[in-house]
Amino acid sequence: MALAVEKSEASTASWEPRIVAFFCNWCTYAAADLAGISRVKYSPNMRMVRVMCSGRIDPSFVLEAFRSGADGVLIGGCNPGDCHYKEGNYKTMRRAMLLSQMLQDLGIEKERFRLEWICASCARELQTTVNKMADDLRRLGPLDWKGV
Amino acid sequence: MVAKPKVAFYWCASCGGCEEAVVDLAEKILDVVAAVDIVFWPVALDFKKSDVEAMPDKSIAVSFINGAVRMSEQEEMARLLRRKSGLVVAFGSCAHLGGIPGLANLTDRESIFDWYYRKGPSVSGDGGAAPATKVTVPEGELELPEFWDAAKALDQVIDVDYYLPGCPPTPKLLAEAVGAILSGKSPPKGTVLAGTRALCHECDLNATKPAKLLISDVKRVTEVVIDPKTCYLAQGVICMGPVTRSGCEALCIQGTMPCTGCFGPLDNASDYGGKALSYIASIVDITDEGEARKVMAKVADPAGIFYRYSLPKSKLGRRRARRK
Repeated sequence: MALAVEKSEASTASWEPRIVAFFCNWCTYAAADLAGISRVKYSPNMRMVRVMCSGRIDPSFVLEAFRSGADGVLIGGCNPGDCHYKEGNYKTMRRAMLLSQMLQDLGIEKERFRLEWICASCARELQTTVNKMADDLRRLGPLDWKGV
Repeated sequence: MVAKPKVAFYWCASCGGCEEAVVDLAEKILDVVAAVDIVFWPVALDFKKSDVEAMPDKSIAVSFINGAVRMSEQEEMARLLRRKSGLVVAFGSCAHLGGIPGLANLTDRESIFDWYYRKGPSVSGDGGAAPATKVTVPEGELELPEFWDAAKALDQVIDVDYYLPGCPPTPKLLAEAVGAILSGKSPPKGTVLAGTRALCHECDLNATKPAKLLISDVKRVTEVVIDPKTCYLAQGVICMGPVTRSGCEALCIQGTMPCTGCFGPLDNASDYGGKALSYIASIVDITDEGEARKVMAKVADPAGIFYRYSLPKSKLGRRRARRK
């Protein structure tokens, strides 16, 4: 699995955070689509991956993204009760709780991994979320994962 | 008389349990000794590094190396044995995935030295001492191995042909592996010499696992009296059976302890901890966020639980290096 996130080589002065986003097809991806159509501008730091359901996101996708050079990972799914597949987002919610703790134990700040419920008509919310995350990451600086 | 194949055993950062597994072959060790010449086995036989150095390259048929690689000396020995051996088998969880010593990757060299040589409550004196690679004593200068910043699995240091998983591997798997390699029926390079399915498939309690397994609470083994006749997961106790490679014949479960995952991931899993975490989170049947948070918080130390044996071989491999 190669996410092809280019490694950050830029100097700190010109460094910009890279956010890998996994958005569910039915809600958050639709919100991103709406943001585009509505010309709601958001921070260009995000690289988006569309998945059918946020429940499809294996925690190893998130780990792979961090290993491959992402500074932050954002997961977007449907609001509780709205999942197209009934319970996929609940599984994501519980996985994210454990994964967030595990990442913090591995020295990755909790601001670097976020799960947000963003509905299909919530383009403004998407804008706020992405902009806020990019700001948080700018403050935190590059993750610059080295491995063993 | 045809010369018997030569076999070597070596230990790196390990507890000695893998050596015990060889001894646990019991009478079968006589069959092994009849079939092979053990040319190097520091724990049991008096051969020196210089004896190995004197051997021609590739003259050892198989080297079984256990333990994680933690120090420069272990890398040196692993490289030497690689050069002298036709096949190298990573023996046990530590050589396979990093194992328990791999949990040291939740910290780093500086923090370890700081605690054990300066800040720990049992440290006395000026606290200035720390391991150095060279030390001068009246008799001359001594060289000591370097302690690395992170522990590594064997294949992160040298090329490995086969893996024998387990903490430790069972005598049965060892005997089968030796038999298979010596008979010339070698499996493809990189094979993990154990089962290919999840542990549940060979667990006696699998029959009591509900078709749709859902739990409403997570319990630690200290909080509950486990019913030894019912699937532990169904009782709310975290058992790694569904995400762990089979081959041990559910030994721990037979001893009323849940699986902790020493046989590591299945062939198609790229990150053991990620899969294990995902599985446990999926079967907790709670949709309310606040309630779910309470139950997930009961999974104390997720990095330690889910990467108990595999942190160095996980996607991230270690805790993030501290900034200077």
